[in-house]
Amino acid sequence: MEIPYTVAERPDTGLNNGKIGIWLFLASEVMLFGALFATYLMLRIGAAVWPRGDSILNVPLATVNTIVLISSSVTMVMAWASLKRNDFGKFRLFQGLTVLAGFGFLTIKYIEYSAKFHHGLLPSKNTFLAIYFLLTGLHGLHVIGGMVVNGYLWGPGAKLWKTDPEHFTNRVENSGLFWHFVDLVWIFLFPVLYLL
Amino acid sequence: MGDHADIDRQVRTYIMVFVTLMALTIITVAISRLHLPIPAAVAVALIVATIKGGLVASYFMHLISERKLIYWVLGFTVLCFFTVLLLPLWTHFDPIHN
Repeated sequence: MEIPYTVAERPDTGLNNGKIGIWLFLASEVMLFGALFATYLMLRIGAAVWPRGDSILNVPLATVNTIVLISSSVTMVMAWASLKRNDFGKFRLFQGLTVLAGFGFLTIKYIEYSAKFHHGLLPSKNTFLAIYFLLTGLHGLHVIGGMVVNGYLWGPGAKLWKTDPEHFTNRVENSGLFWHFVDLVWIFLFPVLYLL
Repeated sequence: MGDHADIDRQVRTYIMVFVTLMALTIITVAISRLHLPIPAAVAVALIVATIKGGLVASYFMHLISERKLIYWVLGFTVLCFFTVLLLPLWTHFDPIHN
């Protein structure tokens, strides 16, 4: 059975179904992270004292992580552009680099978290650490989710390129939209938590 | 969108956006070192983050050339987000005193 409008645009929306589906999902993710950012704001405003992010957190490591994630967004969009140019080899390269960058991000996060735990800086210690671990932990889970999908499209999912290249390109574009969103959240998380 | 010249132009845009994002990252970290007073620090950090986010959304996510329906979905989402943000904030600054 063919799922309709995976490539052709629906006449009423003017978009293929996958694209509008992923944007609706991203809208729900905006509400999720938005609610947690609002929580951070309320906690900070209501607190008698609130530490500067750079007095507790590792800014150089997080800056590297920001560069890693932004670079992975570029490789992600290049992977899609390679498919548009009919260059499957380049797609494999860029998609692979995107997944690797995800591993890099998580490795640095692991180093950060384990250093915190080693020094007894647990989420239970104070409100700042609680909201820090919640926000970055949830973001990290989204990174893992994105990597799973990107890895699938790099690996077994790439079979679809042979039978329906346009459908496969749209899948890569949609997973790319999710990945860019993950990058976007970090672009706000980094200054809010680490620099203010 | 499938035209080769089109894609080449888009790729050049992606590279330019990438360089801009790197520069803005360095700038935002450098400004944080100045230890500005909190209101100024927050304003600068959020403005830079919004510009960076705007670039990612417009060019990497192709929003700048997307259909109007997506703009409506996102516009409504942003409205809901600001409501969720500002209502509790308003109650915080306008409490009932006994």
